[in-house]
Amino acid sequence: MKLRLALKATASAIVLCAAAPLAQAEEVEVLHWWTSGGEAAALNVLKENLEAKGVTWQDMPVAGGSGVEAMTVLRSRVTSGNPPTAVQMLGFDIKDWAAEGFLGDLSDLAAEEGWAEVVPPALQEFSKFDDKWIAAPVNVHSTNWMWINKEALDAAGGAAPTTWEELIAVLDKMKENGIIPLAHGGQPWQDGTIFDSVVLGLGDDFYKAAIIEQNPEALSSEQMVEAFKRMEVLRGYFDDNFSGRDWNLASAMVINGEAGMQAMGDWAKGEFLRAEQVPGEDFVCIRFPGTQGSVLFNSDQFAMFDVSEDKVAAQKLMASAVMDPAFQVAFNTVKGSVPARTDISDEAFDDCGKKGMADLAEAAANGTLQGSMAHGHGASSNIKSAIFDVVTAHLNGEYSAEDAAEELAAAVEAAQ
Amino acid sequence: MRDRLQDWVPRIVLAPSFAAVLLFVYGFILYTGWLSMTNSRMLPNNDFIGLANYVKLFGLKHWNIALVNLAIFGTLYILISSVLGLFLAILLDQQIRNEGFIRTVYLYPMAISFIVTGVAWKWFLDPGIGLQNTMHKWGWESFEFTWIKDSDMAIYTIVIAAIWQSSGYVMAMFLAGLRGVDNEIIKAAQVDGASGVLIYRRIIIPMMRPVFLSAFVVLTHLAIKSYDLVVAMTGGGPGRATEMPATFMYSYTFTRNQMGVGASSAIIMLVMIFSIIIPYLYSEIRAGADRR
Amino acid sequence: MSIPSQDNAIQSGRLMRALIYTLLIFFVLYYLLPLWVMVSNSLKTLDEIHGGDMLAPPRAITFEPWKAAWSTTQVGVEATGLRPYFLNSILMVVPAVLISTFLGALNGYVLTKWSFRGANLVFGLMLLACFIPFQIVLIPMARILGMLGLAGTIPGLVMVHTVYGLGFTTLFFRNYYAAFPTELVRAAQIDGASFFQVFWRILVPSSGPIFVVTIIWQFTNVWNDFLFGASFSSYDSTPITVALNNLVNSSTGVKEYNVHFAGAILAALPTLVVYIVSGRYFVRGLMAGAVKG
Repeated sequence: MKLRLALKATASAIVLCAAAPLAQAEEVEVLHWWTSGGEAAALNVLKENLEAKGVTWQDMPVAGGSGVEAMTVLRSRVTSGNPPTAVQMLGFDIKDWAAEGFLGDLSDLAAEEGWAEVVPPALQEFSKFDDKWIAAPVNVHSTNWMWINKEALDAAGGAAPTTWEELIAVLDKMKENGIIPLAHGGQPWQDGTIFDSVVLGLGDDFYKAAIIEQNPEALSSEQMVEAFKRMEVLRGYFDDNFSGRDWNLASAMVINGEAGMQAMGDWAKGEFLRAEQVPGEDFVCIRFPGTQGSVLFNSDQFAMFDVSEDKVAAQKLMASAVMDPAFQVAFNTVKGSVPARTDISDEAFDDCGKKGMADLAEAAANGTLQGSMAHGHGASSNIKSAIFDVVTAHLNGEYSAEDAAEELAAAVEAAQ
Repeated sequence: MRDRLQDWVPRIVLAPSFAAVLLFVYGFILYTGWLSMTNSRMLPNNDFIGLANYVKLFGLKHWNIALVNLAIFGTLYILISSVLGLFLAILLDQQIRNEGFIRTVYLYPMAISFIVTGVAWKWFLDPGIGLQNTMHKWGWESFEFTWIKDSDMAIYTIVIAAIWQSSGYVMAMFLAGLRGVDNEIIKAAQVDGASGVLIYRRIIIPMMRPVFLSAFVVLTHLAIKSYDLVVAMTGGGPGRATEMPATFMYSYTFTRNQMGVGASSAIIMLVMIFSIIIPYLYSEIRAGADRR
Repeated sequence: MSIPSQDNAIQSGRLMRALIYTLLIFFVLYYLLPLWVMVSNSLKTLDEIHGGDMLAPPRAITFEPWKAAWSTTQVGVEATGLRPYFLNSILMVVPAVLISTFLGALNGYVLTKWSFRGANLVFGLMLLACFIPFQIVLIPMARILGMLGLAGTIPGLVMVHTVYGLGFTTLFFRNYYAAFPTELVRAAQIDGASFFQVFWRILVPSSGPIFVVTIIWQFTNVWNDFLFGASFSSYDSTPITVALNNLVNSSTGVKEYNVHFAGAILAALPTLVVYIVSGRYFVRGLMAGAVKG
């Protein structure tokens, strides 16, 4: 028995040795957190594209907290000297890993395929480090959206709000009509998502000064107090049970008419489509009132790690496949996001998707395309967490608006 | 020569385990101690900054909330789990029909991880979809149970779920203890006319001392490590109301890129654990040595 | 049942017994509640779940979520369900439990029957190891696994679980063997039995109950572990808990709660079966020594 096993092992070892040079051993190991449902199925398109080119995909999904778990696993993998080939990453994480010197260099490929011309500069900010391409962007999500139940909106006057005042008027009307005006899930990142939009609603320059540049004066300014006051106003339109709720359940409340609207990124569209709702007929997608023309984005990118020579070829094939227009369409139509390259036809997208692509192009041209703080594109993760702390505490009634602004400036400074 | 070798065999057998523990536990604790005095951010580095992380740690509001929560949680959890475990064990020890079934039901939560039950608990406690909603539908309109949404009360919902998970295990330990009590003692007391309650209070429960201590160790260890149930149920919310040292340490080490601060909180946790466990171990090992 | 139930029961009136049964049944409900939420929702359609009442029984039972969770739902890019990850978990759990239990038995044997100067200190140090929070070992452990070439492999996970299980297994066996008559060991030695012969022929045959307790404890802990499984596994060694987490915890994906609950119960089945099948031996094993200081 043992002998036979040993023989078998030897035999297969010989076969492997003989076959290795022929098979080229082209494989990529990919760490990501698109782990379930449609988005994972969409990623499978990329896997199949690569397999058609002879590259084996080794899947390493780790879900949890918008990539938080995956980043822990990544630390462990890098520490053990065995980093994956490609890792799904958000904004500042890419920069941090690049600064530590763990990422590879895709510049040749990028030059060959002309990435610089088709990827918006605001995204390139995160795909390049020291003028070297280190990551391939998959999509652009946008976070300053509102999702409104059409029936509830019609009952509240029918016109989609375009300013803060109109928003309040519609919310009041919905309250009178006896539904929950605003569906929200009280988790720090969801609180942060609304906060992003509220701050942006007070001006692109203000968002830039306060969130991106973390200017202490802007952080504790009158405008910031106003932002917190608006958060309090919005808080008044939540139901009592908002804290801890998953965003999916908040979306479900809008879908079944229990609630009027939800402020959430464009991934929420997936929930509406799955419930067989049609954009424009059953639900309406608008920019958060007061932020029309501006786009807060977050972009999932595959950061390419510095791997051994024999894996580089497969890595480049993967980067190229990510940037392939056909894949960008196939993936983003499912995911609710829009392609990371601006030279793609919007034909395959639904109304909300078309609007998203048009908005993105417009914002990129006007310089009003900015990174979303709540999703890791406005500030590094320690500062993001510090902002979340204050926003969440304020929303749960721990601070007044004035104190919150003071506290925010102090917390951001302490985290730097 | 053979005898000399025989003398050494036991130590050689023990050596690998002991060496592994020295390296993988104590070595790593020393390493964490070192990290706590460095300026490590995303990955470890060796940039020595003394005790600055500890100063920063105790200045953080979160850390203080986490310590207070651990005190509330730990006390209630250990106390209620022990008392409930003993109580259930006594009830089950009254020659109950279907004891096997009931015991299994009490015990099964220990078998399941909180990744699995967290969502069920979260839903059950959620006023909009869980218990409160059901009671309202059954016609008890004034019923109110909104603890999980309330910053002041949320920590108690964590206690409820934690007790659910481990009190059955404690029950099993006590049941084993009760079954080990010598029958003659009880018979003698009954002959003397002592009532049931009295027999338990005066004779049987005092005999459970070693079980209390074992339960205490198991529960303390679970309380201090409690991580996944907080993450699964409240994610530390509402706000930061249910932050615990273990969640604090994880978030500072791995998500806030402040590994140095995270390491210093780990060291403080270890100091707390050891200051509870070491006296217990010392007395137990001493007592064990006396018995032999 | 086969537990040696002694006549501890205090003679009590009918009213008292009714009260006892009422209390017992109340607690049965308390312990079963989360399981009820999981089972009933796993049999509902998603529309019914979104409709509201989580505690109500399903209006029309559907087994689709169970089929999906087992074999067709998306876990990562592949629509394989949880099925393939079971094997990884079993390949990890079985050796980890057997090795740590066996080493614990040997350690307990040495510490009680071959005691030496410093044995108590050694035991104390090993026992303290039970109490470290595992989050602190992630980074240094990753480095060591990398150096040993075990990073991302099932043997690596087996090693990690064995090391951190040793404290408890040693504790269980030490306490059990402390109560084992030393005279028997000495007599066998005088008859010429070696260290290992004594262990195999005298201690092991009478260690049934404590083996059950230790194996249950280790099996539960290793099977349910998420932190090590996520950090030290790789694409081909992912255990079931990590796959389950991937299924239920995706951040921006659509959530199919019914499939999640079905998957959760599937992932918990092995440990549930172990508790149900060997629960009675568990209490007996605890009786036999594990709870005695």
